[in-house]
Amino acid sequence: MKIPYYPGCTLSTVAQDFDRSARQSIRDLGVELEELSKWNCCGTSFPLTPENVIGLAGPGNVLIQAKKAGGTVSTLCSFCYNTLRRTNNTLKSDAGRRDVLASFLETDGLGDVKVLHLLEVLRDQVGFAEVKAKVVRPLKGLKVAAYYGCMLLRPADAAIDHPESPKIFEDFLTALGATPVDWPNRGECCGSHLAMSETDLVKRLSGSILSSAQACGADLLTTSCPLCWHNLVKSQEAILRDEGKETVLPVIYFTQILGLALGEGPEALGIADGVMGAGSVLKAKGLWPAAVPAGGKA
Amino acid sequence: MKITLGPAGPSQSFARLVESLSGEDLSKCYQCGNCTGGCPVSFAMDIAPSQVIRMVQLGQEETVLRSNAIWRCVSCLQCYSRCPKCVDLSRIMESLRRLSLRRGHEPVTVYALPDEFIRRSPQMALVAGFRKLVP
Repeated sequence: MKIPYYPGCTLSTVAQDFDRSARQSIRDLGVELEELSKWNCCGTSFPLTPENVIGLAGPGNVLIQAKKAGGTVSTLCSFCYNTLRRTNNTLKSDAGRRDVLASFLETDGLGDVKVLHLLEVLRDQVGFAEVKAKVVRPLKGLKVAAYYGCMLLRPADAAIDHPESPKIFEDFLTALGATPVDWPNRGECCGSHLAMSETDLVKRLSGSILSSAQACGADLLTTSCPLCWHNLVKSQEAILRDEGKETVLPVIYFTQILGLALGEGPEALGIADGVMGAGSVLKAKGLWPAAVPAGGKA
Repeated sequence: MKITLGPAGPSQSFARLVESLSGEDLSKCYQCGNCTGGCPVSFAMDIAPSQVIRMVQLGQEETVLRSNAIWRCVSCLQCYSRCPKCVDLSRIMESLRRLSLRRGHEPVTVYALPDEFIRRSPQMALVAGFRKLVP
């Protein structure tokens, strides 16, 4: 199975591990991510005011490319997913904005692209049962906090699952043999773009997410958003430095944890060793490949 | 805070302007406070999210446009997902940010951002921040 894929800017630059681990692990499941032949930045944040039609041009252009590629597009980054999905929803339901944008972009037929997050592809097209069947390194005993953040859940018409009580991420982790932890902050905001202007506020918001996951017993936290990753990791570094805390909660992308369960090595997946990376936790759980050679002959 | 209501009631022009920019009907809000309760940043706002709506209804233009609440709103949409009247407060906040930017307010000065931040940040932080915070 092949599926058109939109990586977005951040996955092409500072979050290449996310992109690489996704391409490799989804290939192990028999799916090929086919990058759109032409793409541009989605604009990151969906333009909220209806008068801001020009803000739809970036994501609109990506949707045109997706339509040329067959009418479906998959993404990994939570922000890209949210922006593309909401843009498509808006262009479908609002004839006024659709017509203005169609004339500006010199196209027609906007608003009928299927925008999928990779977790949806895994649930609905591959199937979690199939994922589970392909697991060669079950993540037994690994307690993982599934962190949804904002963009996978809100608004409801762009959510990959129920906005207040989702389970797709937990079901995904269960399929890998891991134990998803039950924790209250999985849909809270990490501080988002305030990383630019209010780092203390981001530190507080991200800090409460990290401590909530730790208090509920998580060994690791997993995310699908490079901005959440950045805020959580940078905030944690600042908290460890400023407040003298010693317990670390490693933050990794869900595709890295998928690849690990499918038998890929940490290096190929970009899973960092060391204290801040997931290496020390995975070693302690016997899930680092040095402790479990290929073939399971430990 | 003193709010002066004239004999003819507060001016409606500001509220109408915000409604036209946001596409939201401000009169739907009955001040239940769910938005403020769910907002992850309300503890750091000078005016709570539900108060922002009330003050716009009452024409308190200066107070609202000078508040830090409109800049600290990160559009996480927790308020919208919990609003019993389906008021999308994120659109109202965005309208207020745009009005404030149009009046020359500059919450982030691009050239003053540290080089280190520009080099190390994910592009999405820069693009999202520029779209929200820069005139």
